[in-house]
Amino acid sequence: MDAITDLINALVLLLNYVVVPGLSYGSQLALGALGITLVFGILRFANFAHGDSMAFGTMVTILVTWWLQARGINLGPLPTALLAVPVGIVFTIVLLVATDRFVYRYYRRQKAAPVTFMIASMGVMFMTNGIVRFVIGPNDQRFLDGERFIISAREFKASTGLSEGLSIKVSQGLTIVIAVLLVAVLFWFLQKTRTGKAMRAYSDNEDLALLSGVDPDRVVLITWIITAILATIAGALYGLDKSFKPFTYLQLLLPMFAAAIVGGIGNPIGAIVGGYVIAFSEVMVTYAYKKVFIYLLPQSLEPEGLLQLLSTDYKFAVSFVILVLVLLLRPTGILRGKVL
Amino acid sequence: MSVLSGRDMVGGYGGADILKGCSIEVDEGEIAVIVGPNGAGKSTAMKALLGLLPLKQGSVWFRDRELTDLNPQQRIAAGIAFVPQTDNVFTSMTVRENLEMGAFLRNDDFSDSIEQIFELFPALADKHAQLAGELSGGQRQQVAVGRALMAQPTVLMLDEPTAGVSPIVMDELFERILEVRRSGVAILMVEQNARQALSIADRGYVLVIGENRYTDSGKALLANTEVRRAFLGG
Repeated sequence: MDAITDLINALVLLLNYVVVPGLSYGSQLALGALGITLVFGILRFANFAHGDSMAFGTMVTILVTWWLQARGINLGPLPTALLAVPVGIVFTIVLLVATDRFVYRYYRRQKAAPVTFMIASMGVMFMTNGIVRFVIGPNDQRFLDGERFIISAREFKASTGLSEGLSIKVSQGLTIVIAVLLVAVLFWFLQKTRTGKAMRAYSDNEDLALLSGVDPDRVVLITWIITAILATIAGALYGLDKSFKPFTYLQLLLPMFAAAIVGGIGNPIGAIVGGYVIAFSEVMVTYAYKKVFIYLLPQSLEPEGLLQLLSTDYKFAVSFVILVLVLLLRPTGILRGKVL
Repeated sequence: MSVLSGRDMVGGYGGADILKGCSIEVDEGEIAVIVGPNGAGKSTAMKALLGLLPLKQGSVWFRDRELTDLNPQQRIAAGIAFVPQTDNVFTSMTVRENLEMGAFLRNDDFSDSIEQIFELFPALADKHAQLAGELSGGQRQQVAVGRALMAQPTVLMLDEPTAGVSPIVMDELFERILEVRRSGVAILMVEQNARQALSIADRGYVLVIGENRYTDSGKALLANTEVRRAFLGG
């Protein structure tokens, strides 16, 4: 009986510290990687400004959230930020479409090489990052309100009698639900609608799409609109779950690119698979397994160390290592995207 | 009056002119074939008609409407469909989606047209849900031609449709092209298999270094001893 309780406690521990955080972080990375992969598949360049597009959308969301909170408007148990996200999306669409008009369109007309676009996107990245830090400042901002937990550790312990608690934060639950809904809508759009098919055709074979009468300007415009939606939602969910700091969003570029490439860049399903692969690797490699083994092993074998493979300070190294391995061993990614 | 004609076309890709005063035309229900040695400008002539190559001189006409200053998209909307020699299907999309893309500019219900394409190419009907990239070379060519026909074009231009397919597949493809002609479409094609292509051609053009060398009906060109000796290998 004790052995079974110990096993359940160990599982709850893993669920609480690995599975739930992995799922929500993975969903955030997947949404970010989807934006990167769409731009890569359709506009054919690696968009380094994507992390800062997310930061910009989140910033607008936060400002509107504060404005709503100051007026006493809220969503009860849900975070007020959900009401502000649509405004964030609109501003981000304006930003991305404007940068396309003033920066990328010029290079498209020049038929510039992808590396030129990529470097231009780094310029856009610095500019966007500057705007964000100028408006909201470089510091941490919290904007989460409403209920904090769907299930809190204390309630869980009380109702199950286990010694380990499972907590699921509202922000984590929201992240997973919204990510699933958003991905479902995106796939329906790409697979079933006329415009979605035109985007896939343009990504597959640009010349033939033009010969079929697809309007390239429209495809580019819709790509930026979808990218803005994905970026703002991913950024806002990440900010609600952790906290908002402009520099963190710049750092998110690495795991997001890793996710897109590991899954197969240009392939939307790959971006999602890659998001979870990267997130779970990060969480699993940096988690200290000591307590799990205390439950599982007899007392005499109790581990002395933390049983942590890597300190959390090195979590970015994990995505980097996976990225390098995938590029060396399977450059098309898990689901055969394009080769960079 | 021909349905599509290029008159005295001169132009190239920036360097020396590839077309040096070449004229091509095709009429409804007719097959016109452009043959000639490598580097004669056969594909270039076709690209000039489509607007993929800027002309220095000469003009392109669709019936009595001048197309010379229109871009390829506008010419396609006017009723010209083009099947490139390579990369002519959407490999990551299904056969049916490829056909739907062909009908992208149509606003009517085009399910009948898809059925017609499946009647023309029965092999595609069975594979309608398969990705075009997974098909054999011959079936890919069928998808490519099918995609172009979905637009219900007045003129169908084919750039070496039989390149890289087996002789049996080639015969079948020519057979289908004859069927398409019967429906009244004007067909213009560039072909490496000159002898076979000329045998079904109502109009044949022999291009040499960007100029028309011989122009006649397909049969007459096949019968012409000079043409046979110089271009058809005896």
